[in-house]
Amino acid sequence: MSEVSALSALIGVIRRDLKLAMRRKSDVLTTLFFFVIVVSLFPLGIGPEMDMLRKIAPGVLWVAALLATMLSLNRLFALDYADGTLEQMVLSSVPLGLLVAGKVVAHWLLSGLPLTVLAPVLGLQFDLPAGSLAVLVASLAIGTPVLSLIGAIGAGLTLGVRGGGVLVSLLVLPLYVPVLIFGAGAVGAQVSGLGAGAHLSLLAAMLALAVFFAVWATTIALRIALE
Amino acid sequence: MSRRLINWFKYSSPQTFYPLAGKMIPWFATLAVLFGAAGLYIGFFVAPTDAQQGEGYRIIFVHVAAAWMSMFIYLVMAFWAALGLSLNTRLSGMMASALAPTGALFAFLSLWTGALWGKPMWGTWWVWDARLTSSLILFFLYLGFIALQSAIDDPRRADRAGAVLLLVGVINIPIIYFSVQWWNTLHQGASVSLTKAPTMARTMLWGMLLMVLSFWMYAIAAALYRVRCIMLERERNAGWVYELPEVKS
Amino acid sequence: MNWGGPAEFFAMGGYGFYVWGSFGLAAALMALEPLLLRHRRKAALTELKRELAAKQEATDEE
Repeated sequence: MSEVSALSALIGVIRRDLKLAMRRKSDVLTTLFFFVIVVSLFPLGIGPEMDMLRKIAPGVLWVAALLATMLSLNRLFALDYADGTLEQMVLSSVPLGLLVAGKVVAHWLLSGLPLTVLAPVLGLQFDLPAGSLAVLVASLAIGTPVLSLIGAIGAGLTLGVRGGGVLVSLLVLPLYVPVLIFGAGAVGAQVSGLGAGAHLSLLAAMLALAVFFAVWATTIALRIALE
Repeated sequence: MSRRLINWFKYSSPQTFYPLAGKMIPWFATLAVLFGAAGLYIGFFVAPTDAQQGEGYRIIFVHVAAAWMSMFIYLVMAFWAALGLSLNTRLSGMMASALAPTGALFAFLSLWTGALWGKPMWGTWWVWDARLTSSLILFFLYLGFIALQSAIDDPRRADRAGAVLLLVGVINIPIIYFSVQWWNTLHQGASVSLTKAPTMARTMLWGMLLMVLSFWMYAIAAALYRVRCIMLERERNAGWVYELPEVKS
Repeated sequence: MNWGGPAEFFAMGGYGFYVWGSFGLAAALMALEPLLLRHRRKAALTELKRELAAKQEATDEE
Protein backbone atom coordinates (compact mmCIF):
# COMPACT_ATOMS: atom_id res chain seq x y z
CA MET A 1 0.00 0.00 0.00
CA SER A 2 1.44 3.34 -1.03
CA GLU A 3 1.71 6.31 1.28
CA VAL A 4 -0.82 8.32 -0.63
CA SER A 5 -3.54 5.70 -0.45
CA ALA A 6 -2.79 5.07 3.25
CA LEU A 7 -3.23 8.75 3.96
CA SER A 8 -6.43 8.92 1.96
CA ALA A 9 -7.76 5.87 3.80
CA LEU A 10 -6.98 7.55 7.12
CA ILE A 11 -8.73 10.74 6.06
CA GLY A 12 -11.62 8.67 4.74
CA VAL A 13 -12.15 7.01 8.13
CA ILE A 14 -11.98 10.31 9.97
CA ARG A 15 -14.38 11.97 7.57
CA ARG A 16 -16.82 9.09 7.74
CA ASP A 17 -16.89 9.07 11.56
CA LEU A 18 -17.33 12.83 11.71
CA LYS A 19 -20.17 12.66 9.23
CA LEU A 20 -21.89 9.92 11.22
CA ALA A 21 -21.46 11.89 14.42
CA MET A 22 -22.99 14.97 12.84
CA ARG A 23 -26.15 12.95 12.27
CA ARG A 24 -26.36 12.31 16.00
CA LYS A 25 -25.26 15.68 17.32
CA SER A 26 -26.86 15.09 20.69
CA ASP A 27 -24.25 12.44 21.55
CA VAL A 28 -21.43 14.91 21.13
CA LEU A 29 -23.27 17.70 22.91
CA THR A 30 -24.14 15.48 25.87
CA THR A 31 -20.46 14.91 26.57
CA LEU A 32 -19.81 18.63 26.49
CA PHE A 33 -22.74 19.47 28.73
CA PHE A 34 -21.60 16.80 31.15
CA PHE A 35 -18.18 18.44 31.31
CA VAL A 36 -19.63 21.91 31.85
CA ILE A 37 -22.12 20.79 34.49
CA VAL A 38 -19.65 18.69 36.49
CA VAL A 39 -17.16 21.56 36.59
CA SER A 40 -19.87 24.03 37.61
CA LEU A 41 -21.07 21.80 40.43
CA PHE A 42 -17.78 21.92 42.31
CA PRO A 43 -18.01 25.52 43.55
CA LEU A 44 -21.53 24.70 44.77
CA GLY A 45 -20.20 21.77 46.73
CA ILE A 46 -17.09 23.42 48.07
CA GLY A 47 -18.01 27.06 48.53
CA PRO A 48 -17.31 30.25 46.60
CA GLU A 49 -13.99 31.27 48.21
CA MET A 50 -11.88 32.31 45.23
CA ASP A 51 -8.57 31.28 46.78
CA MET A 52 -9.79 27.75 47.28
CA LEU A 53 -11.35 27.59 43.80
CA ARG A 54 -8.19 28.81 42.14
CA LYS A 55 -6.30 26.06 43.90
CA ILE A 56 -8.63 23.21 42.92
CA ALA A 57 -9.41 24.43 39.40
CA PRO A 58 -6.75 22.40 37.52
CA GLY A 59 -7.70 19.18 39.28
CA VAL A 60 -11.41 19.71 38.85
CA LEU A 61 -11.16 20.58 35.16
CA TRP A 62 -8.89 17.65 34.47
CA VAL A 63 -10.96 15.09 36.36
CA ALA A 64 -14.08 16.35 34.60
CA ALA A 65 -12.32 16.06 31.24
CA LEU A 66 -11.26 12.52 32.14
CA LEU A 67 -14.81 11.50 33.00
CA ALA A 68 -16.30 13.21 29.94
CA THR A 69 -13.84 11.43 27.65
CA MET A 70 -14.62 8.16 29.33
CA LEU A 71 -18.35 8.63 28.87
CA SER A 72 -17.89 9.03 25.15
CA LEU A 73 -15.67 5.98 24.74
CA ASN A 74 -18.43 3.51 23.98
CA ARG A 75 -19.21 5.62 20.89
CA LEU A 76 -15.80 4.71 19.49
CA PHE A 77 -16.43 1.21 18.13
CA ALA A 78 -19.77 0.01 19.50
CA LEU A 79 -22.04 1.20 16.66
CA ASP A 80 -19.77 -0.11 13.92
CA TYR A 81 -19.49 -3.37 15.83
CA ALA A 82 -23.26 -3.70 16.20
CA ASP A 83 -24.05 -3.21 12.48
CA GLY A 84 -21.12 -5.31 11.24
CA THR A 85 -19.17 -2.45 9.65
CA LEU A 86 -16.23 -3.07 11.94
CA GLU A 87 -15.92 -6.64 10.73
CA GLN A 88 -15.86 -5.39 7.13
CA MET A 89 -13.15 -2.92 8.05
CA VAL A 90 -10.99 -5.59 9.66
CA LEU A 91 -11.31 -7.76 6.55
CA SER A 92 -10.57 -4.93 4.12
CA SER A 93 -7.15 -4.38 2.59
CA VAL A 94 -6.48 -1.26 4.65
CA PRO A 95 -4.23 -2.00 7.66
CA LEU A 96 -6.29 -2.14 10.85
CA GLY A 97 -3.89 0.15 12.71
CA LEU A 98 -4.69 2.91 10.23
CA LEU A 99 -8.41 2.48 10.76
CA VAL A 100 -8.00 2.54 14.52
CA ALA A 101 -5.84 5.67 14.27
CA GLY A 102 -8.50 7.34 12.12
CA LYS A 103 -11.30 6.46 14.51
CA VAL A 104 -9.29 7.70 17.49
CA VAL A 105 -8.55 10.99 15.74
CA ALA A 106 -12.25 11.40 14.98
CA HIS A 107 -13.09 10.63 18.58
CA TRP A 108 -10.65 13.23 19.78
CA LEU A 109 -11.99 15.84 17.36
CA LEU A 110 -15.45 15.25 18.83
CA SER A 111 -14.56 15.01 22.53
CA GLY A 112 -11.04 16.16 23.43
CA LEU A 113 -10.89 19.15 21.12
CA PRO A 114 -14.21 20.73 22.19
CA LEU A 115 -13.26 20.13 25.84
CA THR A 116 -9.98 21.92 25.26
CA VAL A 117 -11.74 24.84 23.62
CA LEU A 118 -14.32 25.10 26.40
CA ALA A 119 -11.87 24.72 29.28
CA PRO A 120 -10.61 28.33 29.44
CA VAL A 121 -14.18 29.62 29.70
CA LEU A 122 -14.77 27.33 32.64
CA GLY A 123 -11.39 28.27 34.03
CA LEU A 124 -12.64 31.85 34.27
CA GLN A 125 -15.36 30.63 36.64
CA PHE A 126 -12.54 29.56 38.91
CA ASP A 127 -10.70 32.85 38.56
CA LEU A 128 -7.63 31.33 36.93
CA PRO A 129 -5.13 33.95 35.71
CA ALA A 130 -4.45 34.22 31.98
CA GLY A 131 -1.06 32.47 32.16
CA SER A 132 -2.59 29.45 33.87
CA LEU A 133 -5.43 29.35 31.35
CA ALA A 134 -2.93 29.12 28.53
CA VAL A 135 -1.12 26.25 30.26
CA LEU A 136 -4.45 24.56 30.93
CA VAL A 137 -5.33 24.69 27.26
CA ALA A 138 -1.89 23.41 26.29
CA SER A 139 -2.02 20.53 28.77
CA LEU A 140 -5.50 19.53 27.61
CA ALA A 141 -4.47 19.78 23.97
CA ILE A 142 -1.58 17.37 24.55
CA GLY A 143 -3.28 15.23 27.19
CA THR A 144 -6.74 14.54 25.79
CA PRO A 145 -5.40 12.66 22.73
CA VAL A 146 -3.67 10.31 25.19
CA LEU A 147 -7.01 9.80 26.92
CA SER A 148 -8.67 8.91 23.60
CA LEU A 149 -5.81 6.54 22.71
CA ILE A 150 -5.76 4.66 26.03
CA GLY A 151 -9.54 4.67 26.08
CA ALA A 152 -9.59 2.98 22.67
CA ILE A 153 -7.89 -0.07 24.21
CA GLY A 154 -10.61 -0.31 26.84
CA ALA A 155 -13.35 0.24 24.28
CA GLY A 156 -11.89 -2.50 22.09
CA LEU A 157 -11.60 -4.97 24.93
CA THR A 158 -15.18 -4.46 26.12
CA LEU A 159 -16.86 -4.57 22.71
CA GLY A 160 -20.17 -6.39 22.95
CA VAL A 161 -19.48 -7.34 26.57
CA ARG A 162 -22.12 -7.29 29.31
CA GLY A 163 -22.11 -3.97 31.18
CA GLY A 164 -19.44 -2.61 28.85
CA GLY A 165 -19.93 1.04 29.76
CA VAL A 166 -19.18 0.70 33.46
CA LEU A 167 -16.49 -1.88 32.81
CA VAL A 168 -14.58 0.52 30.57
CA SER A 169 -14.29 2.97 33.43
CA LEU A 170 -12.86 0.32 35.73
CA LEU A 171 -10.29 -0.69 33.13
CA VAL A 172 -9.31 2.72 31.85
CA LEU A 173 -9.39 5.08 34.83
CA PRO A 174 -6.38 3.56 36.64
CA LEU A 175 -4.41 3.88 33.41
CA TYR A 176 -5.36 7.57 33.16
CA VAL A 177 -3.54 8.40 36.41
CA PRO A 178 -0.24 9.59 34.86
CA VAL A 179 -2.05 11.85 32.39
CA LEU A 180 -4.10 13.35 35.18
CA ILE A 181 -1.04 13.95 37.35
CA PHE A 182 0.98 15.68 34.66
CA GLY A 183 -1.97 17.48 33.09
CA ALA A 184 -3.27 19.00 36.30
CA GLY A 185 0.30 19.29 37.58
CA ALA A 186 1.29 21.48 34.65
CA VAL A 187 -1.28 24.10 35.65
CA GLY A 188 -0.37 23.75 39.31
CA ALA A 189 3.30 24.25 38.53
CA GLN A 190 2.49 27.36 36.50
CA VAL A 191 0.44 28.78 39.39
CA SER A 192 3.24 28.14 41.89
CA GLY A 193 5.77 29.79 39.56
CA LEU A 194 7.79 26.69 38.72
CA GLY A 195 6.96 26.76 35.02
CA ALA A 196 5.02 24.06 33.22
CA GLY A 197 7.67 23.06 30.67
CA ALA A 198 8.72 19.78 32.29
CA HIS A 199 5.15 18.61 32.79
CA LEU A 200 4.14 19.44 29.24
CA SER A 201 7.12 17.69 27.71
CA LEU A 202 6.44 14.59 29.78
CA LEU A 203 2.83 14.68 28.59
CA ALA A 204 4.11 14.92 25.03
CA ALA A 205 6.36 11.92 25.65
CA MET A 206 3.33 9.96 26.86
CA LEU A 207 1.45 10.98 23.74
CA ALA A 208 4.29 9.70 21.57
CA LEU A 209 4.34 6.38 23.44
CA ALA A 210 0.57 6.06 23.35
CA VAL A 211 0.33 6.75 19.61
CA PHE A 212 2.40 3.67 18.97
CA PHE A 213 1.45 1.26 21.77
CA ALA A 214 -2.21 2.08 22.24
CA VAL A 215 -3.04 1.83 18.53
CA TRP A 216 -1.22 -1.47 18.38
CA ALA A 217 -2.94 -2.85 21.49
CA THR A 218 -6.31 -1.67 20.20
CA THR A 219 -5.90 -3.56 16.92
CA ILE A 220 -5.16 -6.73 18.92
CA ALA A 221 -8.16 -6.08 21.15
CA LEU A 222 -10.43 -5.61 18.12
CA ARG A 223 -9.18 -8.80 16.49
CA ILE A 224 -9.92 -10.69 19.69
CA ALA A 225 -13.38 -9.18 19.92
CA LEU A 226 -14.23 -10.07 16.33
CA GLU A 227 -12.90 -13.62 16.32
CA MET B 1 16.11 -29.02 22.17
CA SER B 2 13.11 -30.14 20.20
CA ARG B 3 12.39 -32.94 22.66
CA ARG B 4 12.38 -30.50 25.54
CA LEU B 5 10.01 -28.25 23.66
CA ILE B 6 7.63 -31.12 23.10
CA ASN B 7 7.76 -31.93 26.81
CA TRP B 8 6.80 -28.39 27.71
CA PHE B 9 3.88 -28.44 25.37
CA LYS B 10 2.78 -31.76 26.78
CA TYR B 11 2.53 -30.28 30.27
CA SER B 12 0.77 -27.23 28.97
CA SER B 13 -2.33 -29.22 28.06
CA PRO B 14 -4.97 -29.12 30.81
CA GLN B 15 -5.39 -32.88 30.70
CA THR B 16 -1.80 -33.55 31.76
CA PHE B 17 -1.45 -30.51 34.00
CA TYR B 18 -4.53 -31.29 36.07
CA PRO B 19 -3.16 -34.38 37.88
CA LEU B 20 0.31 -32.82 38.10
CA ALA B 21 -1.13 -29.75 39.84
CA GLY B 22 -3.07 -32.03 42.16
CA LYS B 23 0.16 -33.72 43.22
CA MET B 24 1.97 -30.42 43.75
CA ILE B 25 -0.64 -28.66 45.89
CA PRO B 26 0.01 -30.56 49.18
CA TRP B 27 3.75 -29.89 48.90
CA PHE B 28 3.37 -26.17 48.40
CA ALA B 29 0.71 -25.96 51.10
CA THR B 30 2.98 -27.76 53.58
CA LEU B 31 5.90 -25.51 52.70
CA ALA B 32 3.67 -22.46 53.17
CA VAL B 33 2.70 -23.61 56.66
CA LEU B 34 6.29 -24.49 57.63
CA PHE B 35 7.80 -21.24 56.35
CA GLY B 36 4.92 -19.31 57.89
CA ALA B 37 5.38 -20.93 61.30
CA ALA B 38 9.11 -20.27 61.22
CA GLY B 39 8.59 -16.69 60.04
CA LEU B 40 6.00 -15.96 62.73
CA TYR B 41 8.23 -17.49 65.39
CA ILE B 42 11.16 -15.33 64.40
CA GLY B 43 8.90 -12.32 63.90
CA PHE B 44 7.29 -12.50 67.32
CA PHE B 45 9.78 -14.25 69.58
CA VAL B 46 13.27 -13.79 68.19
CA ALA B 47 13.28 -10.38 66.52
CA PRO B 48 13.94 -7.70 69.14
CA THR B 49 11.68 -4.76 69.87
CA ASP B 50 12.38 -1.83 67.55
CA ALA B 51 13.90 1.17 69.27
CA GLN B 52 11.74 3.75 67.46
CA GLN B 53 8.53 1.92 66.69
CA GLY B 54 8.18 -0.40 69.67
CA GLU B 55 6.23 -3.60 69.04
CA GLY B 56 4.14 -1.95 66.33
CA TYR B 57 6.82 -2.54 63.74
CA ARG B 58 6.01 -6.27 63.80
CA ILE B 59 3.31 -5.53 61.21
CA ILE B 60 6.21 -5.34 58.77
CA PHE B 61 6.37 -9.14 58.65
CA VAL B 62 2.97 -9.45 57.06
CA HIS B 63 2.92 -6.07 55.31
CA VAL B 64 6.12 -6.38 53.30
CA ALA B 65 5.40 -9.95 52.31
CA ALA B 66 1.90 -9.05 51.10
CA ALA B 67 3.14 -5.99 49.21
CA TRP B 68 5.90 -7.92 47.45
CA MET B 69 3.58 -10.74 46.48
CA SER B 70 0.96 -8.35 45.13
CA MET B 71 3.53 -6.90 42.73
CA PHE B 72 5.19 -10.18 41.91
CA ILE B 73 1.93 -11.97 41.11
CA TYR B 74 0.99 -9.21 38.66
CA LEU B 75 4.30 -9.71 36.87
CA VAL B 76 3.78 -13.48 36.77
CA MET B 77 0.30 -12.94 35.34
CA ALA B 78 1.76 -10.66 32.67
CA PHE B 79 4.32 -13.35 31.87
CA TRP B 80 1.55 -15.92 31.39
CA ALA B 81 -0.38 -13.38 29.32
CA ALA B 82 2.57 -12.82 26.98
CA LEU B 83 3.07 -16.57 26.68
CA GLY B 84 -0.62 -17.09 25.99
CA LEU B 85 -0.80 -14.43 23.30
CA SER B 86 2.37 -15.54 21.52
CA LEU B 87 2.13 -19.34 21.79
CA ASN B 88 -1.64 -19.63 22.07
CA THR B 89 -1.55 -22.23 24.83
CA ARG B 90 -4.74 -22.76 26.77
CA LEU B 91 -2.99 -23.23 30.09
CA SER B 92 -1.49 -19.72 30.12
CA GLY B 93 -4.84 -17.98 30.19
CA MET B 94 -6.11 -20.32 32.87
CA MET B 95 -3.03 -19.66 35.00
CA ALA B 96 -3.42 -15.90 34.65
CA SER B 97 -7.05 -16.01 35.76
CA ALA B 98 -6.21 -18.45 38.55
CA LEU B 99 -3.59 -16.07 39.96
CA ALA B 100 -5.71 -12.90 39.81
CA PRO B 101 -7.90 -13.32 42.93
CA THR B 102 -4.90 -14.31 45.05
CA GLY B 103 -2.98 -11.31 43.77
CA ALA B 104 -5.92 -9.03 44.54
CA LEU B 105 -6.07 -10.54 48.03
CA PHE B 106 -2.44 -9.69 48.66
CA ALA B 107 -2.86 -6.20 47.21
CA PHE B 108 -5.76 -5.64 49.59
CA LEU B 109 -3.78 -7.03 52.52
CA SER B 110 -0.85 -4.75 51.77
CA LEU B 111 -3.19 -1.74 51.83
CA TRP B 112 -4.94 -2.89 54.98
CA THR B 113 -1.77 -3.66 56.93
CA GLY B 114 -0.20 -0.45 55.62
CA ALA B 115 -3.09 1.54 57.06
CA LEU B 116 -2.87 -0.28 60.39
CA TRP B 117 0.84 0.42 60.47
CA GLY B 118 0.44 4.04 59.49
CA LYS B 119 -2.10 4.95 62.15
CA PRO B 120 0.14 4.42 65.21
CA MET B 121 3.37 5.45 63.45
CA TRP B 122 2.32 8.60 61.57
CA GLY B 123 -1.01 9.25 63.25
CA THR B 124 -3.08 8.72 60.11
CA TRP B 125 -4.61 5.75 58.37
CA TRP B 126 -3.63 6.90 54.95
CA VAL B 127 -1.02 9.19 53.47
CA TRP B 128 -0.84 9.97 49.77
CA ASP B 129 2.65 8.62 49.58
CA ALA B 130 3.96 7.36 46.25
CA ARG B 131 4.14 3.77 47.38
CA LEU B 132 0.69 3.69 48.97
CA THR B 133 -0.90 5.37 45.99
CA SER B 134 0.73 2.98 43.54
CA SER B 135 -0.42 0.00 45.63
CA LEU B 136 -3.95 1.34 45.48
CA ILE B 137 -3.77 1.65 41.72
CA LEU B 138 -2.33 -1.86 41.49
CA PHE B 139 -5.35 -3.09 43.45
CA PHE B 140 -7.61 -1.32 40.93
CA LEU B 141 -5.75 -2.99 38.07
CA TYR B 142 -6.42 -6.40 39.63
CA LEU B 143 -10.10 -5.56 40.03
CA GLY B 144 -10.30 -4.41 36.40
CA PHE B 145 -8.76 -7.65 35.17
CA ILE B 146 -11.14 -9.78 37.25
CA ALA B 147 -14.16 -7.70 36.17
CA LEU B 148 -13.22 -7.93 32.49
CA GLN B 149 -12.76 -11.69 32.63
CA SER B 150 -16.01 -12.30 34.46
CA ALA B 151 -17.94 -10.11 32.00
CA ILE B 152 -16.90 -12.13 28.95
CA ASP B 153 -18.72 -15.43 28.53
CA ASP B 154 -16.47 -17.07 25.95
CA PRO B 155 -13.42 -18.30 27.93
CA ARG B 156 -11.04 -18.06 24.95
CA ARG B 157 -11.94 -14.44 24.39
CA ALA B 158 -11.83 -13.74 28.12
CA ASP B 159 -8.30 -15.13 28.28
CA ARG B 160 -7.02 -13.17 25.33
CA ALA B 161 -8.72 -9.91 26.26
CA GLY B 162 -7.42 -10.30 29.80
CA ALA B 163 -3.93 -10.90 28.46
CA VAL B 164 -3.98 -7.65 26.46
CA LEU B 165 -5.16 -5.76 29.54
CA LEU B 166 -2.40 -7.32 31.67
CA LEU B 167 0.31 -6.36 29.20
CA VAL B 168 -1.01 -2.81 28.90
CA GLY B 169 -1.07 -2.67 32.69
CA VAL B 170 2.45 -3.95 33.07
CA ILE B 171 3.80 -1.33 30.66
CA ASN B 172 1.89 1.29 32.62
CA ILE B 173 2.99 0.32 36.13
CA PRO B 174 6.45 1.94 35.92
CA ILE B 175 4.92 5.06 34.34
CA ILE B 176 2.29 5.22 37.07
CA TYR B 177 4.87 4.71 39.79
CA PHE B 178 7.15 7.37 38.36
CA SER B 179 4.35 9.88 37.92
CA VAL B 180 2.99 9.31 41.41
CA GLN B 181 6.47 9.77 42.82
CA TRP B 182 6.86 13.04 40.92
CA TRP B 183 3.44 14.21 42.05
CA ASN B 184 4.29 13.30 45.63
CA THR B 185 7.53 15.28 45.74
CA LEU B 186 5.70 18.36 44.45
CA HIS B 187 2.85 18.08 46.91
CA GLN B 188 4.72 16.99 50.01
CA GLY B 189 2.57 18.57 52.71
CA ALA B 190 3.35 17.01 56.06
CA SER B 191 6.94 15.97 56.58
CA VAL B 192 6.21 12.25 56.50
CA SER B 193 8.95 10.23 54.97
CA LEU B 194 8.31 6.55 54.54
CA THR B 195 11.51 5.82 52.74
CA LYS B 196 13.62 6.29 55.83
CA ALA B 197 13.47 2.70 56.98
CA PRO B 198 15.03 1.96 60.34
CA THR B 199 18.22 -0.04 60.12
CA MET B 200 17.13 -3.60 60.29
CA ALA B 201 18.46 -6.30 62.51
CA ARG B 202 19.51 -9.51 60.82
CA THR B 203 16.78 -11.46 62.59
CA MET B 204 14.14 -9.09 61.23
CA LEU B 205 15.37 -9.70 57.71
CA TRP B 206 15.19 -13.45 58.25
CA GLY B 207 11.67 -13.17 59.58
CA MET B 208 10.62 -11.11 56.59
CA LEU B 209 12.27 -13.47 54.14
CA LEU B 210 10.52 -16.48 55.65
CA MET B 211 7.17 -14.73 55.55
CA VAL B 212 7.69 -13.83 51.89
CA LEU B 213 8.54 -17.47 51.13
CA SER B 214 5.47 -18.62 53.02
CA PHE B 215 3.18 -16.26 51.11
CA TRP B 216 4.83 -17.29 47.88
CA MET B 217 4.18 -20.97 48.51
CA TYR B 218 0.63 -20.16 49.59
CA ALA B 219 0.05 -18.23 46.37
CA ILE B 220 1.29 -21.13 44.25
CA ALA B 221 -0.86 -23.63 46.12
CA ALA B 222 -3.96 -21.43 45.88
CA ALA B 223 -3.40 -20.72 42.18
CA LEU B 224 -2.94 -24.41 41.39
CA TYR B 225 -6.08 -25.24 43.33
CA ARG B 226 -8.00 -22.59 41.43
CA VAL B 227 -6.61 -23.61 38.06
CA ARG B 228 -7.92 -27.13 38.72
CA CYS B 229 -11.38 -25.70 39.41
CA ILE B 230 -11.19 -23.63 36.23
CA MET B 231 -10.23 -26.73 34.23
CA LEU B 232 -13.16 -28.70 35.62
CA GLU B 233 -15.51 -25.88 34.74
CA ARG B 234 -14.18 -25.19 31.27
CA GLU B 235 -13.25 -28.60 29.92
CA ARG B 236 -16.77 -29.90 30.27
CA ASN B 237 -16.92 -30.87 26.63
CA ALA B 238 -13.44 -32.35 26.47
CA GLY B 239 -14.29 -35.81 27.76
CA TRP B 240 -11.19 -36.36 29.86
CA VAL B 241 -12.81 -34.76 32.90
CA TYR B 242 -15.41 -37.55 32.94
CA GLU B 243 -12.60 -40.11 33.21
CA LEU B 244 -11.27 -38.53 36.42
CA PRO B 245 -11.63 -40.75 39.49
CA GLU B 246 -13.18 -37.92 41.50
CA VAL B 247 -15.93 -37.51 38.92
CA LYS B 248 -16.56 -41.22 38.25
CA SER B 249 -16.99 -42.31 41.85
CA MET C 1 12.53 -14.25 74.61
CA ASN C 2 10.67 -10.96 74.26
CA TRP C 3 7.59 -11.48 76.36
CA GLY C 4 6.97 -11.78 80.09
CA GLY C 5 3.70 -13.61 79.68
CA PRO C 6 0.69 -14.13 77.39
CA ALA C 7 -0.93 -10.87 78.47
CA GLU C 8 2.13 -8.91 77.48
CA PHE C 9 2.30 -10.83 74.21
CA PHE C 10 -1.27 -9.96 73.27
CA ALA C 11 -0.87 -6.34 74.32
CA MET C 12 2.08 -5.90 71.91
CA GLY C 13 3.36 -2.96 73.92
CA GLY C 14 0.15 -1.02 73.34
CA TYR C 15 0.02 -1.78 69.60
CA GLY C 16 -2.13 -4.88 70.04
CA PHE C 17 -5.06 -3.59 67.99
CA TYR C 18 -2.87 -2.70 65.02
CA VAL C 19 -0.63 -5.76 65.08
CA TRP C 20 -3.44 -8.27 65.62
CA GLY C 21 -5.67 -6.40 63.20
CA SER C 22 -3.03 -6.92 60.50
CA PHE C 23 -2.10 -10.50 61.25
CA GLY C 24 -5.68 -11.43 62.07
CA LEU C 25 -7.16 -10.26 58.78
CA ALA C 26 -4.28 -11.80 56.82
CA ALA C 27 -4.85 -15.13 58.53
CA ALA C 28 -8.62 -14.89 58.10
CA LEU C 29 -8.45 -14.12 54.38
CA MET C 30 -5.79 -16.75 53.73
CA ALA C 31 -8.02 -19.30 55.47
CA LEU C 32 -11.14 -18.10 53.68
CA GLU C 33 -9.68 -18.35 50.18
CA PRO C 34 -8.99 -22.12 50.36
CA LEU C 35 -12.45 -22.67 51.84
CA LEU C 36 -14.08 -20.80 48.96
CA LEU C 37 -11.93 -22.73 46.51
CA ARG C 38 -13.01 -26.03 48.06
CA HIS C 39 -16.60 -24.95 47.70
CA ARG C 40 -16.00 -24.04 44.06
CA ARG C 41 -14.35 -27.38 43.38
CA LYS C 42 -17.20 -29.29 45.01
CA ALA C 43 -19.75 -27.40 42.95
CA ALA C 44 -17.84 -28.15 39.74
CA LEU C 45 -17.54 -31.83 40.63
CA THR C 46 -21.25 -32.25 41.46
CA GLU C 47 -22.12 -30.57 38.17
CA LEU C 48 -19.82 -32.94 36.26
CA LYS C 49 -21.21 -35.98 38.09
CA ARG C 50 -24.73 -34.91 37.23
CA GLU C 51 -23.80 -34.55 33.57
CA LEU C 52 -22.06 -37.90 33.55
CA ALA C 53 -25.14 -39.58 35.01
CA ALA C 54 -27.31 -37.91 32.39
CA LYS C 55 -25.00 -39.10 29.64
CA GLN C 56 -25.00 -42.69 30.91
CA GLU C 57 -28.77 -42.64 31.12
CA ALA C 58 -28.95 -41.47 27.52
CA THR C 59 -26.68 -44.31 26.32
CA ASP C 60 -28.57 -46.87 28.38
CA GLU C 61 -31.83 -45.94 26.73
CA GLU C 62 -30.46 -46.40 23.23
